[in-house]
Amino acid sequence: MKANNIASYFLELENKGILDLESNIHKIRTKALADFEQLGFPSKKEEEWKYTSLKKILNQEYELFSDKEKTVELKEVKKHFIHEIDSYKIVFIDGVFSSFLSDTSHQGMDICLMSSALKKTKYKIIIDHYFNTITNKDNSLSLLNTAFARQGAFIHIPKNTLVEKPIQIIHFSTKTKKPYFLQPRNLIIIDENSQVKIIEKHQSLADDNFTLTNSVTEIFANKRAVVDYYKIQDDTENTSLLDHTFIQQKEASTVNMNTYSFGGKLTRNNLEFYQNGERIESNLNGITILNNKQFVDNHTLVMHNQPNCESNELYKGIYADSATGVFNGKVIVDKIAQKTNAFQQNNNVLLGEKATINSKPQLEIFADDVKCSHGCTIGQLDDMALFYMQQRGIPKKEAQGLLLYAFGNDVVEKIKIPELKSRITNLIAKKLNVKLGF
Amino acid sequence: MLKITNLHAGIEGNEILKGINLEIKAGEVHAIMGPNGSGKSTLSSVIAGNETYEVYKGEILLNNESLLDYSPDVRAHKGIFMSFQYPVEIPGVTTTNFIKTAINAKRKFLGLEDLPAKDMLKLIKEKAELLEMDRKFLSRSLNQGFSGGEKKRNEIFQMAMLEPKLAILDETDSGLDIDALKIVANGVNKLKTKDNAVLVITHYQRLLDYIVPDYVHVLHDGKIIKSGGKELAFELEEKGYDWLK
Repeated sequence: MKANNIASYFLELENKGILDLESNIHKIRTKALADFEQLGFPSKKEEEWKYTSLKKILNQEYELFSDKEKTVELKEVKKHFIHEIDSYKIVFIDGVFSSFLSDTSHQGMDICLMSSALKKTKYKIIIDHYFNTITNKDNSLSLLNTAFARQGAFIHIPKNTLVEKPIQIIHFSTKTKKPYFLQPRNLIIIDENSQVKIIEKHQSLADDNFTLTNSVTEIFANKRAVVDYYKIQDDTENTSLLDHTFIQQKEASTVNMNTYSFGGKLTRNNLEFYQNGERIESNLNGITILNNKQFVDNHTLVMHNQPNCESNELYKGIYADSATGVFNGKVIVDKIAQKTNAFQQNNNVLLGEKATINSKPQLEIFADDVKCSHGCTIGQLDDMALFYMQQRGIPKKEAQGLLLYAFGNDVVEKIKIPELKSRITNLIAKKLNVKLGF
Repeated sequence: MLKITNLHAGIEGNEILKGINLEIKAGEVHAIMGPNGSGKSTLSSVIAGNETYEVYKGEILLNNESLLDYSPDVRAHKGIFMSFQYPVEIPGVTTTNFIKTAINAKRKFLGLEDLPAKDMLKLIKEKAELLEMDRKFLSRSLNQGFSGGEKKRNEIFQMAMLEPKLAILDETDSGLDIDALKIVANGVNKLKTKDNAVLVITHYQRLLDYIVPDYVHVLHDGKIIKSGGKELAFELEEKGYDWLK
């Protein structure tokens, strides 16, 4: 897949009527395409991509779009849902909405599809007001996604609404001759004083699938809104995920963004928070547990634009075999953002000589009455702790697993949905090869 | 029960234990005292099987079986328990879950199924009552934020749950005030039977007022230079260690 072939794919889809020329956003799409062509795919020569090469995954042919609604058996996919709880579901198979597996709503709120939001006139004002307004225009992958933006989740919660049931957004991919290059586009708007919990997951239904996903999500948390967002990244071993999530927060809102990265071949997460108001809280939590030759890059940005706001970042990584992790946490405190509290912590355990972590905290502080800190640790397991556990009769391998589980535990503790917490705990135990007797 | 013969051991090529001979029979309480650097902690670590240390020569037999080829967890299953001088904190794992994992690991070693939850709870309740321990501790993360005394009590609780043949108390009294000391000693005494044994490693005589030894040995520069009854501890208290040299 080459950058200069993209235009021809675009034209092909326009001609087939798959990319709707009449839609509200077609102008935005064509501009994004032109801008993408100028920049091309990111390369290691750019600072933000210096540890992350896309060469291998781009050196393949992909299918860009499926227009047919596929069917899969419920029993085949049920295990990928958090099925113990009642929730809304927005489900896609190869980028196409699956009405059979989904459970959307228009009752006093919109938990539904991007394609509807882009076409129907009743959404035009919202789309014009929000769509593509906070994406990073220097980010070529976001531009590419915008060019092909057509389907994904559209969530609009009106003010003073506490959404009781969590919302599960799941993107399935099936095995085909040419793997899919999916470009989901999500728009999430939470109005004043409302609260929502969202779980997002990408899941290939075949173990040897080479699906590439380039996802863009814009989240608008208005005054006093509370958003709990959970990204579960535990896809099959040959899939790749490029995720860009842009979050704009208004006064006194809280966004908790939690990322769990255990699967896939290559994952790149870009989180960008824009605090446009006072008394805002942004919490970024992540656990990455990798083995074999897996690669995960977590790039985060918090823009403290206004005074009296808080950001807390806690990312933990466990790397075994020849796995590689990258953490780049940028915090920028504007000169008017007095009384900012910004705390960042990145703790890593390397379990072997070939495991690697590249960690870079970047704090740019232009105000003088602030409390900011960053900490990074890279270490091995504590021998004394291992011996203590062995002395109690716990064999070395189990002791290691237990210590690693304990290492990641304070991030898991923050999960507010009990069924999800237990699922993530089990995923971690499985990934660490440890049987938790509890 | 425990027979140590001509034990030479050390770390990174430095010999710390230079020929230890020690025999502990079931039902006995032995104390090892000595100045700093004499090798007290090394001795307990080597018996427990800490792989940081190397055994150069000699033998450690538990009930006539050599321990030297066994990893620390297997030695634990065979009946060795060591109460650590500095018990490790493991945030994120509660004491209850930790001890459950330990008990079931032992049962697995012995070819048994996991202890059913109901029985596990009963056992926990029984041992906590025996030691007059507040069960609230058990649901906190292992040793996290515990005071010195609380950590040591937690060690004794684990000892009660695991029912070892030989309990090694490695400087259990360090950092404890007299009240905490009494509580810990009380616990140890309640667990003593004619079938198990205790090895108390200590710097000060004070603990031995409460855990009364049958035999006291003085360790100096990697060797046991004198052995005696409990009166030896009082003599050392009065005269110091220099007296023996």
